Amino acid sequence: MSGHSSYVPKTGIERWLDARLPIVRLAHDTAVSYPVPRNLNYLWTFGGILAFMLAAQIVTGIILAMHYTPHATLAFASVEHIMRDVNFGWLLRYLHSNGASMFFVAVYVHIFRGIYYGSYKAPREVLWILGVVIFLLMMATAFMGYVLPWGQMSFWGATVITNLFSALPVIGETIVTFLWGGYSVDNPTLNRFFSLHYLLPFMIAGVVVLHIWALHVVGQNNPTGVEVKNVQKDTVPFTPYATIKDIFGMVCFIFVFSYFVFYQPNFMGHADNYIPANPAVTPSHIVPEWYFLPFYAILRAIPDKLGGVLAMGSAIVVLAFLPWIDTSKVKSMSYRPIARQLFWAFLAVCIGLGYLGAMPAEGGYVTASQIFTVLYFGFFVALALVGIFEKPRPLPSSIADSVLANIKGASGVQLATAAAEPNVKG
Amino acid sequence: MKTTSFRLALTGLATGLVLATAAVSARAAEGGPKPPQQKWSFSGPLGTFDRAQLQRGFKVVKEVCANCHAMNLGNAVRMRNLSQPGGPEFTPGQVAALAATYQVTDGPNDQGEMFQRPGRPADTFPAPFPNEQAARAANGGAYPPDLSVLAKARTYERGFPKFIFDIFTQYQEQGPDYIVALLNGYTKPPEGMTLLPGQNFNTYMPGHLIAMPQPLQDGQVEYPKGPDGKPQVPETIHQYAEDVAAFLVWMAEPHMEARKRLGFQVMIFLAIFAGLLYYTKKKIWARMPDGSPAH
Amino acid sequence: MAHATETTGTTRRDFLMLATGAAGAVGTAAVIVPLISQLAPDAQVIAAGAPMDVDLGPIAEGQAIKLFWRGKLIFVRHRTKKEIDEALAVDIATLRDPQTDQQRTKPGHEQFLIIYGNCTHLGCVPLGNAPGDPKGDYDGWFCPCHGSHYDSSGRIRRGPAPLNLPVPPYAFTADTKIKIG
Repeated sequence: MSGHSSYVPKTGIERWLDARLPIVRLAHDTAVSYPVPRNLNYLWTFGGILAFMLAAQIVTGIILAMHYTPHATLAFASVEHIMRDVNFGWLLRYLHSNGASMFFVAVYVHIFRGIYYGSYKAPREVLWILGVVIFLLMMATAFMGYVLPWGQMSFWGATVITNLFSALPVIGETIVTFLWGGYSVDNPTLNRFFSLHYLLPFMIAGVVVLHIWALHVVGQNNPTGVEVKNVQKDTVPFTPYATIKDIFGMVCFIFVFSYFVFYQPNFMGHADNYIPANPAVTPSHIVPEWYFLPFYAILRAIPDKLGGVLAMGSAIVVLAFLPWIDTSKVKSMSYRPIARQLFWAFLAVCIGLGYLGAMPAEGGYVTASQIFTVLYFGFFVALALVGIFEKPRPLPSSIADSVLANIKGASGVQLATAAAEPNVKG
Repeated sequence: MKTTSFRLALTGLATGLVLATAAVSARAAEGGPKPPQQKWSFSGPLGTFDRAQLQRGFKVVKEVCANCHAMNLGNAVRMRNLSQPGGPEFTPGQVAALAATYQVTDGPNDQGEMFQRPGRPADTFPAPFPNEQAARAANGGAYPPDLSVLAKARTYERGFPKFIFDIFTQYQEQGPDYIVALLNGYTKPPEGMTLLPGQNFNTYMPGHLIAMPQPLQDGQVEYPKGPDGKPQVPETIHQYAEDVAAFLVWMAEPHMEARKRLGFQVMIFLAIFAGLLYYTKKKIWARMPDGSPAH
Repeated sequence: MAHATETTGTTRRDFLMLATGAAGAVGTAAVIVPLISQLAPDAQVIAAGAPMDVDLGPIAEGQAIKLFWRGKLIFVRHRTKKEIDEALAVDIATLRDPQTDQQRTKPGHEQFLIIYGNCTHLGCVPLGNAPGDPKGDYDGWFCPCHGSHYDSSGRIRRGPAPLNLPVPPYAFTADTKIKIG
């Protein structure tokens, strides 16, 4: 909420700076006094987790770039050099490669949370679209990063994905040649992918700033989907309430992240990527990283080159139109009995598509992919229709009311202590 | 209305499950036998390498495998690695002596010529063939793959739901299990199957046809003797295969012990830190700024 | 944070906050270790510096050559009688970095001067090896970057450089053969 700033500069230096560059005020308003709905659940900590993951990926990535060589004959060797000779190189590289996966884990939780609680609805459409832009940039960054070790999966992933553009009529072939910088995926391709892989995270960071700005203009959604009516009653200040909760969520997430880094560092990778790129041999079963699998399944479901590419593109782009596809006035699916069932079905369809994306493109898998692709897009159609006739459950009148309803029966002692010390900020 | 959508959801889920199970059984049928799981000293969160096993494995690799397979992919593996902590831990003196037994090409010298000199620990293991073409020419057209990261580059399909359980059991030894299975997997081809020259039948090789002839025989490599004058472990194909696989795992992941050790410390720290944060969070949320109770 | 009326509760909370804060600080500090440590020379760089054999036989009197050992530049000069005499004649009390010529060469092999080839000022390569090079005012080397003059023993005589060109570790294995390192 862009209300009045509660920042009061205390010292002379703070006042001097505040009159010239109110940066402390900005930090105070965004990270300290910013009012947060008091009923947010732990799914809301994933925004902070994503910010942390972006920072962690940038830090480990910059360090890896100090030791990595973007050249077709040296890239694989330089990665092995990092793994063996550089001090803590194995740790930094595993943090970065598993970090990409964990980044997507977090972003998918974040996206599905947004869908379930209707976080895309007015007035948060721009916030949501910026999120879809970030998601697209993340996909591009992750894809190019996966090419850099120049293993078999890197090479053939790059070949397959860049060839998607050849499906475009007339200009397709030219675009692909320009992407490659040659007549096949080769050293020029690797070089430019490295350059772009370094650039894109900073573009993501830029859009994240816009995303957070938009968030702070419209305020956070919450599990009830009811907007904040009384800042005093419905919200708590970001610090310490949201800060401590976000940090706790973040550390739990880092726990899982560390488990993979230290104990299962190659679980989410492919063994074939430990074979150096070989343009003469395609691995018998090439699959993208797990986070692309649902979209890969949609691509393969359509028995037409251009059609497949368009279907895959639409599967992502359609998300940007959710604010207008969903016709219901009620945000949170907690109060929408039918939409909620649709949501879980949609989640199941996405997981099913992910599974099918990992399977070979043959026989029953193709048919299943086609059914699931229809179901995927069917969700959006159904969501548009359901909003017209669905009868939502009654909404709480305010966030504070829903919180109070939830704690009915809480002990009187707790109420008393809470009342005794109204100011927790010391 | 509600029932319709609920049914829709159920159908989606059910279709997914049916397909998944069908898929698994289909793949299990086509994939051939899975490599049996071996017991490894380095598996699990506290696993460490067995130094003696790595040293034996290196002996087999040096005397048998290295006749055809290189170990210098990207110049990643150096002889000095044999004495670093967490590996076979030969003494630096042993490694220097070993290195000196190799002749290494260096140069060019002042006359512009390449020359041979005794190896040093910082050198790579000299490759058996100067290049891939030479390796193919000497091996009937087949290229013996480099061993440097081979243990991480080989796997087999675990399938659903096993791969989910693997997250918790930390099973990740598909590579060495496959290598052991392959080295023990040479059998006669089934009836009616004729092998071309240079082809061998192996139960665990994908497609069953492998160019490498059975490389190991019982008693082929002499193992260090114990105090009673007998080898401490059996000199059998199976034992050789396990030792080689263990050595290859170390070569592919030389910092595995350090990784698991550091991981243990990190996990304990994070668990404690998360606990502290949880109670701090509870304390803070016990008091709302306006005095009303939190949830 | 302290609150006078709630002593026990406050102490416990303070301790909890303190422990959490401390754990957070320790964790952050631990994360920084690998981020900094990776900047240090890696195992390959450390292992690469094996001793190097050099044959000085082909270097004629008055000639100088350049070598690299561990990535560092080394000058080897076969000095003339005149250059040796000049180096010996200097009163070391007048030197900025007092060292005798004997300290900088091996007995019996005084004609060979073997020194690192980067100016001790800011690392440029002084001129004086090639026949047409300026040798500075002291028959040694002249650094064109900031004007340091080194004498025929590689000692700093004039200009901003603080120290003599250092002598690398080496030993004669034969009359004209050395092992550097």
